[in-house]
Amino acid sequence: MTPPSNEVTELAEREYQHGFVTDIETEVIPKGLDEDVVRLISSKKNEPEWLLEWRLAAYRHWVTMSEPTWQKAHYPSIDFQDIAYWAAPKPKPKLNSLDEVDPELREMFDKLGISLAEQERLSNVAVDAIVDSVSVATTFKAKLAEAGVIFCSFSEAVAEHPDLVRANLGSVVPVRDNYYAALNSAVFSDGSFCYIPAGVRCPMELSTYFRINSAQTGQFERTLIVAEEGSYVSYLEGCTAPMRDENQLHAAVVELVAHTDAQIKYATVQNWYPGDAEGRGGIYNFVTKRGKCAGDRSKISWTQVETGSAITWKYPSVVLQGDDSVGEFYSVALTAGRQQADTGTKMIHIGKNTSSTIVSKGISAAHGQNTYRGQVKVLRSAQGARNFTQCDSLLIGSDCGAHTVPYIEVKNASAQVEHEASTSKIGEDQMFYCRQRGISEEDATSMIVNGFCREVFNELPMEFAVEAQRLLSVSLEGSVG
Amino acid sequence: MLHIENLHASTAGTEILRGVNLDIAPGEVHAIMGPNGSGKSTLAHVLSGRPDYEVTAGSVTYNGVDLLALAPEERAAAGVFLAFQYPVEIPGVGNLYFLRTAVNSIRATKGLDPIAVTTFIKMADKAMDAVEMDKSMKNRSVNEGFSGGEKKRNEILQMTMLEPTLAILDETDSGLDIDALRIVANGVNALRSPERSMLVITHYQRLLDYIVPDKIHVLAAGRIVRSGGKELALELEASGYADIEAELASKGATA
Amino acid sequence: MTRTGSTCDLPRCSTCRLPSVRHADSHGLTAEALATLAPDLGGFRLVFANGHLVAELSTMPDPGSGVTVASLASVLATDPDRLEPLFAGRTAPADGMAALNLALADDGAFIHLATGAHADAPIHVVFCTTDVGHPVLASTHSLVVADPDSSATVVETHIGVGPLAGAACANAVTRVVLAPQATVHHYTVQDLPDTAFHLGVVDVIADHDSTFTAHTLSLGAAIARHEVRVHLDGDGADATVTGLYQPAGNQYHDHPVLVEHNTTNCTSRQIYNGVLDDHGHGVFNGRIMVAPAGMGTDATQSNRNLVLSDRAEVDTRPRLEILADDVKCAHGATVGQLDETAVHYLRTRGIPEPAARGMLTYAFATEMVDRIGPPALRAWAAQLVADRLGAVLGDDGPPPDANPDAGTGTGTGTGTGTGSVHTEEVTP
Repeated sequence: MTPPSNEVTELAEREYQHGFVTDIETEVIPKGLDEDVVRLISSKKNEPEWLLEWRLAAYRHWVTMSEPTWQKAHYPSIDFQDIAYWAAPKPKPKLNSLDEVDPELREMFDKLGISLAEQERLSNVAVDAIVDSVSVATTFKAKLAEAGVIFCSFSEAVAEHPDLVRANLGSVVPVRDNYYAALNSAVFSDGSFCYIPAGVRCPMELSTYFRINSAQTGQFERTLIVAEEGSYVSYLEGCTAPMRDENQLHAAVVELVAHTDAQIKYATVQNWYPGDAEGRGGIYNFVTKRGKCAGDRSKISWTQVETGSAITWKYPSVVLQGDDSVGEFYSVALTAGRQQADTGTKMIHIGKNTSSTIVSKGISAAHGQNTYRGQVKVLRSAQGARNFTQCDSLLIGSDCGAHTVPYIEVKNASAQVEHEASTSKIGEDQMFYCRQRGISEEDATSMIVNGFCREVFNELPMEFAVEAQRLLSVSLEGSVG
Repeated sequence: MLHIENLHASTAGTEILRGVNLDIAPGEVHAIMGPNGSGKSTLAHVLSGRPDYEVTAGSVTYNGVDLLALAPEERAAAGVFLAFQYPVEIPGVGNLYFLRTAVNSIRATKGLDPIAVTTFIKMADKAMDAVEMDKSMKNRSVNEGFSGGEKKRNEILQMTMLEPTLAILDETDSGLDIDALRIVANGVNALRSPERSMLVITHYQRLLDYIVPDKIHVLAAGRIVRSGGKELALELEASGYADIEAELASKGATA
Repeated sequence: MTRTGSTCDLPRCSTCRLPSVRHADSHGLTAEALATLAPDLGGFRLVFANGHLVAELSTMPDPGSGVTVASLASVLATDPDRLEPLFAGRTAPADGMAALNLALADDGAFIHLATGAHADAPIHVVFCTTDVGHPVLASTHSLVVADPDSSATVVETHIGVGPLAGAACANAVTRVVLAPQATVHHYTVQDLPDTAFHLGVVDVIADHDSTFTAHTLSLGAAIARHEVRVHLDGDGADATVTGLYQPAGNQYHDHPVLVEHNTTNCTSRQIYNGVLDDHGHGVFNGRIMVAPAGMGTDATQSNRNLVLSDRAEVDTRPRLEILADDVKCAHGATVGQLDETAVHYLRTRGIPEPAARGMLTYAFATEMVDRIGPPALRAWAAQLVADRLGAVLGDDGPPPDANPDAGTGTGTGTGTGTGSVHTEEVTP
């Protein structure tokens, strides 16, 4: 009788649920990137001069940079001239109601399980759906406007709230921050913008669904959320992409700004196409997410469930600038098939009595490689800073890898920093106990893995938690037994 | 019902069972006693299909089926239940959620529909009352942070809900105070029925005051060396296992 | 994490006059001077001054016994065949300083334990830097070869007679090769003058069922980088790598540690504690690497830091790289300060604040000192640690000898708690 882990030799072709391609007429500009492409994107969007200049500055800096290679992931180098930097569903008139949305697009959202009309009727979630970089529908606008909340596509925000955008764009992730952030700054096509005025508690969860549909396009969206003094917002983000043999690049930037006493909760369930069991195709998910706790007692909390993408390179971070500000990072990352994830966070403590919590759960199955990379930095000014980090890794099968790479730098004597981590496989005794009670090996694995992640799932809104559990189970299918 | 013939089994390269023969008829309660290291728990592990035990010879048939050919969950579906000596903690998995998954998995193998959540909770409430288990145990993680007595009660709760036809209790009395022992024994006795057989493994006679067996077997050095009625337990209580071990030593049976 | 200053200033090294053939020269090191710098541990002793053996201060076993303690240069001169297999087929060292060491080193300790041989008392290797009136780079290359079933304790001491006129840089490489079932306990006490540079590498290859422990005490030097690399190449090998660093003033102490689990059922523990004061900067850069063949690995890593000054700095990078699934690995790191309630408690018992803090700090540091096996070494280390911390040992002197855990150095592994010192560790 061999332990189950040793039986993992054959990988069943895993089914990716969202792998349909919708036949929507798409407008794509030719592949390649130069200043003219940047100008073209900007002009297509009727952008003001300052934004074009901002993009060009980013582009000019990007060409001087080189692709980062420090991450623990192996992939053929990307030909940035072989990517189309603009793709939008063609019928793109201003939409006033959901009824005007292209029926095929509607059907696509139905397949994704996010029927916008249903959402609007049944739940209290405002949805902004982005297909191939362009925002196609935002629900609940009127109700949000009543509360003074602005929730719209990025393009719309540039047109209608230019001062707000200009004051905050790049304030957390500067154009020169890193290679992919610079690229995104040059070519970003659309995204979401959210502004919560002082003292307002956003009346509903805000949600964005991202979808890459066209082949050989990159998706470069930008999200900017500004929470004014004493406000609160909870934001959810979901991602899917069709199955394709080639790799597609997704290089997004998310910036959060929390002012005094404001709180932002940002949750992601990322299920981009991971490629097949042999590693063909899949999304390269190279994303820069960062929040700034600008004001005292502000709080930013990241929760992510990463089950998709061929390669994930992502470190949702918090700059704790205000005194007594709080940063949190809760993460579940699963790598199966040939997936590679290098993900974690940075907590930069600047203000006094700032505190941060990091809980990371990594699951590696099949040939998956999972790396937690996290930095906790306590600057000299951060009197009384606190950090607690816990990262646990679970290994399923003998061909996967789990890596834990924390960087802890402390320059203040009053700081308290704790880091704990563990790596192990699923306990054979746990597995046997479940099976003795009649639960199959696959169900038992899924149950134990979900139990392992419960601390993180508890941070998600209910419907997202259910979705996350389901995704984990689906992703593990074929990795056991 | 259960027929064990010449069973040999080893773990980590050491032979533990060296030819066990045992028959249990429906409705019977058999007790296995014996000194430490005699192979009592190994027998329980082998019957339930624990992966790190290897059967090297012999057979086990259960209701006409080759039990050894079945995966652990198939044995559970066939009605074999093991109350663990050391119940396992499963962090993050709710106790009742776990039990419902188990019940419905077994029902599915019989072509039965899953039990609805509300019905299940009512059933579980009743069963929990029977073993005097605190209702807060429902949503705590499986066995995590449970005391020794709570873990054993949880095993009996699972046994009640899974309704096995062969229940194996592996040193269920170990680590229990007298009150917990009474509660656990009452739970077990309530499950005695003409269709349900039980194999009670214990080191001490004490448990058998509460769960009165039909037959008692003494396991030593991997074999059943004596069998008898319930009076055998009293005899062992008086003389201990030393006599048996001495007898074995003189015969060279431990070789 | 590396600072440009953490390696030798090469242009200066290249101009420094590398010692010539004056091997018999004691470089001014006298028995009296030595006695004040390092204790007699009761066993064989090799003393090197600026990288060269000082024979009159050394005590060596008779040739032909199961334990060989000699200078590498002498073995090279008399019995080069013995060394050939230890250098043949050796791939080029990964870093520049190790390469430089291999190129420049012409002496070091040679310790060989024949099959079944046991060295009863610690074998003491003293590397002393003395003032020769000009900058000096002392490159030593030492070998500890333990044949099957042998055992020994080897103590490497890096000291100096200060103040040093020019830049003094010690670049010491020690290679330990353990045959099946061999046991080596290796200690490094680095208490160089605060003007010196220290670069040390202990590189260990462990065959099956062997046991290796490394204990590093980093106290002195301006910049010290002491690296321990253990390659667990045989089934069931066990390694414990521990250390204490106490950078104060402007000192920089860097501790790269690597434990590779290359095969099945090996166990390892990494335990490093740091006490950081003034502008001191401490670095722990520990790695556990489990190769795909490393099934049954049980490895832990713990790094706790006590920060005493606002200007001190600590970087900790406890890393796990795991490519096998049947493993149990854990690590923990903490950065914290003294438990103020403990300080308060001591003060309520009449102990002045500075003494209370010193006492608690010493209690934190002494946890690592307690892991030292040989009593004479432990007593000395306790005194050095206390001196560096400015703490006063009680009338009862250094910690008692009786220590069941010493020598084996097994620890509980993961660092939990707040990193501060708890009241339980204090006997008021």
